Amino acid sequence: MNSAAKITAANLSRRTLKDKLFKGLVLFLSLITISPIVLIIYKLVEKGYRQISLNFIIKTPPNTFEAMTAVSNGELIPGGIANGITGTLLMVVLASVISIPVGVITGIYLYENPGKPLANLTRNISDILQGVPSIVLGLIAYMWIVKPITSGFSALAGSVSLSIMMLPMIVRSTEETLKMIPQSIKEAAVALGVPYYKVILRVLIPTGFSGLLTGILLGISRILGETAPLMLTALGSSVINLDITKPTSAIPLLIWEFYNDPNMVDLIWSSSLLLMGMVLTLNLVSKRIAARTK
Amino acid sequence: MKEDNLNIKDPVLSIRNLSVAYDKGSYAVKDVSADIKRNAVTAIMGPSGCGKSTMLRAINRMHELYENIETKGSLILNGKDITDMPTIQLRRMAGMVFQRPNPFPTLSIYDNVIAGYKLNGIRLKKKERDDVVERSLRDVTLWDEVKDTLHKKGTFLSGGQQQRLCIARALAFDPEVILLDEPTSALDPVATSKIEDLLVKLKENYSILMVTHNMSQAARISDYSMFMYLGELVEYGKTKDMFTNPKDRRTEEYLTGKFG
Repeated sequence: MNSAAKITAANLSRRTLKDKLFKGLVLFLSLITISPIVLIIYKLVEKGYRQISLNFIIKTPPNTFEAMTAVSNGELIPGGIANGITGTLLMVVLASVISIPVGVITGIYLYENPGKPLANLTRNISDILQGVPSIVLGLIAYMWIVKPITSGFSALAGSVSLSIMMLPMIVRSTEETLKMIPQSIKEAAVALGVPYYKVILRVLIPTGFSGLLTGILLGISRILGETAPLMLTALGSSVINLDITKPTSAIPLLIWEFYNDPNMVDLIWSSSLLLMGMVLTLNLVSKRIAARTK
Repeated sequence: MKEDNLNIKDPVLSIRNLSVAYDKGSYAVKDVSADIKRNAVTAIMGPSGCGKSTMLRAINRMHELYENIETKGSLILNGKDITDMPTIQLRRMAGMVFQRPNPFPTLSIYDNVIAGYKLNGIRLKKKERDDVVERSLRDVTLWDEVKDTLHKKGTFLSGGQQQRLCIARALAFDPEVILLDEPTSALDPVATSKIEDLLVKLKENYSILMVTHNMSQAARISDYSMFMYLGELVEYGKTKDMFTNPKDRRTEEYLTGKFG
């Protein structure tokens, strides 16, 4: 009896030790997971904050000579990335205008016809589309838009390549959001004699609105930082351009350009900081919206 | 079915040889015929899977929402075959209340009551709207509880209040018959007894057809009862008679708790 009790006690302390070890391991691995984002933000703020000012948002970049003079005098690089900010906004808005209606309608179709062969095919293709390398989408937009339509690099071509990137995310989030709405809500509307298309437009979509919005915001934050497809489509521009048929700059394109000019190094960090800030904000906003719906 | 000679005159609803199949050939409701009395509460009882909800939903043509459901026989509502009516007209005449309270989560209490008008694009003047909302909420004894919070979301209410709101939503159309599918099974006893009192009161102006798996509820509030088993209507009669002197052995066994 006595020895049995001892064994149990030994067992218990070994279990407690194992439990502590495991907890420690979980904590350690979690810290490893969050450390990159903390280090990234720290580095961006440390290196980039000095350049951030009103001018940074409303002025276009300096030429190499201006930047070189400022750097050799130990001053801040003059000018900003207004052309990149406006270009990014222009292309993101245009990409959203293209992909949101198509994506939401496709998502509704998938939700309404879960077992149909065409729906399954659409869902699979949409998933594959999500995995297509972004540079390939840039090439496609080059072939579809740059050559035949705008006969030159253009914001439109950039938007098309970005909208193809966004599309699968919107399709999926629409379908998943609608699936989460209880069948009883749908039946409540049908039982009132509401025609089916109105059930979708006036009951299902408003009920799932925040879910749809979350998907859209995440899609936007995904394309905000895309660089590769834009190199083949929007190309870049040293001035503010709002004409969708003309070459246009974007924040990630500017970061690439700054990288290639040793005098502009400081602008890389501040531009990255701004871009990171935009992506983080969108992510946090969409998380808030998603949390509020649950 | 045992003949009951109920002889219901001027029924609000006549069910004639109704059969409903989910898959070809497997019937959830088999050849049911019955007349439903006006201004009375009729309860449909039976064990799970006996087809009682399926039959109720057929009356509202709810099955049209799903594919592969086959309905045979006819349903005559107020002298008219329901398949000849546009669904909007049918569903105005036959309001439906579900097992779980399902107010529209995006709409206020006020808009939930007139959702049938709003979502169908039927325009009412402000005065008419206010009247419909007040009348319907008074009918379900919810008015005094919510009259100051009409523009809050319906989902802020308690479960029992939500279910009364859903009944008000059905009443707003001033239906001939109210179909209730186990309306209290998700509610606590206090909320349940409120709904039961309400249904007894509502039969003055409406005809009520209610599915319930709760025998004592059927005994408490219904005037007529149906007992269904495996898709068949086994027995149909005055509730008093059925509970005191069931004619079919299966009804008796169910009522005495031998199965179900």
